[in-house]
Amino acid sequence: MKQDVTTSEIIDREYQAGFVTDIESEKIPAGLSEDVVRLISTKKNEPQWLLDWRLKAYRHWLTMTEPSWQNVHYPPIDYQSIVYYSAPKQKKGGPKSLAEVDPKLLETYEKLGVPLHERARLAGVAVDAVFDSVSVATTFRAKLEEVGVIFCSFSEAVQNHPELVKKWLGSVVPYTDNYFATLNSAVFSDGSFCYIPKGVRCPMELSTYFRINSANTGQFERTLIVAEEGAYVSYLEGCTAPIRDENQLHAAVVELVALDRAQIKYSTVQNWYPGDKNGKGGIYNFVTKRGKCQGQASKISWTQVETGSAITWKYPSCILQGDDSIGEFYSVAVTNNYQQADTGTKMIHIGKNTRSTIVSKGISAGHGQNTYRGLVKIGKNAENGRNYSQCDSLLVGDKCGAHTFPYIEVLNSSAQMEHEASTSKIGEDQIFYFQQRGISAEDAVSMIVNGFCKEVFKELPMEFAVEAQKLLGVSLEGSVG
Amino acid sequence: MLEVKDLHASVGGNKILRGVNLSVPAGEVHAIMGPNGSGKSTLAHVLAGRPGYEVTKGEVRYKGKDLLAMSPEERAREGVFLAFQYPVEISGVSNVYFLKAAANAIRKHRGQPELDAIDFLALVKEKAKVVDIDESLIKRPVNEGFSGGEKKRNEIFQMAVLDPALAILDETDSGLDIDALRIVAAGVNQLRSPERAMVLVTHYQRLLDYIVPDVVHVLLDGRIVKSGGKDLALELEKKGYEWLEAPAGSR
Repeated sequence: MKQDVTTSEIIDREYQAGFVTDIESEKIPAGLSEDVVRLISTKKNEPQWLLDWRLKAYRHWLTMTEPSWQNVHYPPIDYQSIVYYSAPKQKKGGPKSLAEVDPKLLETYEKLGVPLHERARLAGVAVDAVFDSVSVATTFRAKLEEVGVIFCSFSEAVQNHPELVKKWLGSVVPYTDNYFATLNSAVFSDGSFCYIPKGVRCPMELSTYFRINSANTGQFERTLIVAEEGAYVSYLEGCTAPIRDENQLHAAVVELVALDRAQIKYSTVQNWYPGDKNGKGGIYNFVTKRGKCQGQASKISWTQVETGSAITWKYPSCILQGDDSIGEFYSVAVTNNYQQADTGTKMIHIGKNTRSTIVSKGISAGHGQNTYRGLVKIGKNAENGRNYSQCDSLLVGDKCGAHTFPYIEVLNSSAQMEHEASTSKIGEDQIFYFQQRGISAEDAVSMIVNGFCKEVFKELPMEFAVEAQKLLGVSLEGSVG
Repeated sequence: MLEVKDLHASVGGNKILRGVNLSVPAGEVHAIMGPNGSGKSTLAHVLAGRPGYEVTKGEVRYKGKDLLAMSPEERAREGVFLAFQYPVEISGVSNVYFLKAAANAIRKHRGQPELDAIDFLALVKEKAKVVDIDESLIKRPVNEGFSGGEKKRNEIFQMAVLDPALAILDETDSGLDIDALRIVAAGVNQLRSPERAMVLVTHYQRLLDYIVPDVVHVLLDGRIVKSGGKDLALELEKKGYEWLEAPAGSR
């Protein structure tokens, strides 16, 4: 059992990823306009069709208003004060191999526990590292190519596999989807692209590590994963940012497509800078994630551990279009100090015999506000659609809040729906019981919280489950008196 | 082992303990009896360091050290064990995982190496026999869904695993049927040892038929008003507490 890594050590740590890498970067001036969209596209040497798509998105965005229905509160965002493109200065054409990557960048990822040197990397995980607006390195590429798996930065995919990008981009999250997805469509700078050909089981875990470094910079990345018939891939994303007093916007889009019998497992360990104890600074994490089970008997599974960000606002969703397809959502969301989270999922049942499972665990501490919001919709042709939802909230202290908004829409009478919900509180009597057995209050909270999250952690790949447990310890530091 | 001198304590502003004096040497079992509200459980919780119990006067020496200066977990690591009257349920944390964390916290404090999973399971198997606790209970979340008797048995099982120097049993007999009481008492008796002191807090004499104490104290209105041998308990059973009513001026 590797589980009981000394929790007390962990709890004594603060936000560890909060350092700044001193690297010269190439930034464009702050502000957003058609010219900025064109400039980003030019910098990336994009084909005309992509620029046109961006411009359509930008023009559409101008007609939209920022949504306000979510249960989170923040001052208005000044979109003209954000820098929409920032890249570490590199040799023209980008590095050809890791040897050409700036050592400072490699060091940054090393420090974050994401070594990019392949020999040092945990066996079986390939990494795409995105630094501010661009991808700086992708590991294990050659090995993946042997089996036909394409794993590269989004920009490279545009250059090398334009037909695939053109076919699938926006097919799950159209550029008109929502305010932040539309903004992303206009200005996205990089991200990861992954294509698993027919019948291939991807031989290793794929992961993207996102890092915001520059000040006043928004990060708008776009990830697209396509699994052809019978393909399988497990994908993980991790995120961190330096400690800064200003809020920074992160508005990403992730699109997944699973064709017949394909399976995509997408795991997120989100640890963006959450702001300080008084709620100053931190990332606004406004993200659109959606997967389409397009083929029959396909499966998409989302697992997320959300410990960071000042505000988390996202609903990784599944469109269950193919008959017999399966959607899953497993989530742990932690809010401590003044963090806010409004997160959940949407399961849209369209095909027959489609099944979905939702397990959401919300933990609130300090003044944290944690909202679960989920929609389960059974369409009128979705015969025998089934959903099981479980939403549990755990409160630490008496100044935090937990809120649950489950929406259910059923248009077919053969549907079977189950919903369970619970709210519990870590009581002083529980803490004292641990203490009386020799266990400190902080270890007690950590053990209770880890127990509470077990069902979700077991869905994560092993190494990441351990990482997630550690993160929870750090996030809840100081939450008991 | 335990020296309590003129201990005064309040809970929520109410004075409960009004000058308790008590001395429990290693190897002895002392029973503390008294009617409801006399301060028995308060004494147990004050000794364990429960937050909300405010000591206003007096001192407690444990193995010569100032017990009241220690945090609750330090007291536990130093060998003070409280068997709770109402053991708490903790979902999601298995009994065995909980106990392993506790045992290793104590071992670490003593400078002993921590037990690995295999050694710990062997210890658990051995100690499970003391109270005849079912192995399925050991794997389940701490006290969750346990019957009253199972919870009490679990307390004694934990005590067996953690091997304390001073065990305080708070109303361990309450809510037990006669069979469960026998099993729990047999467990406690097995744990009597020359190195260990035990304090039994109880309302009824019944428990003392099974666990025969060396000394019986009567706690009344926050003070120990009478101490004696095991026969005192029988006398209390017969006569009740009225004849011991607190002397004038104690209130």
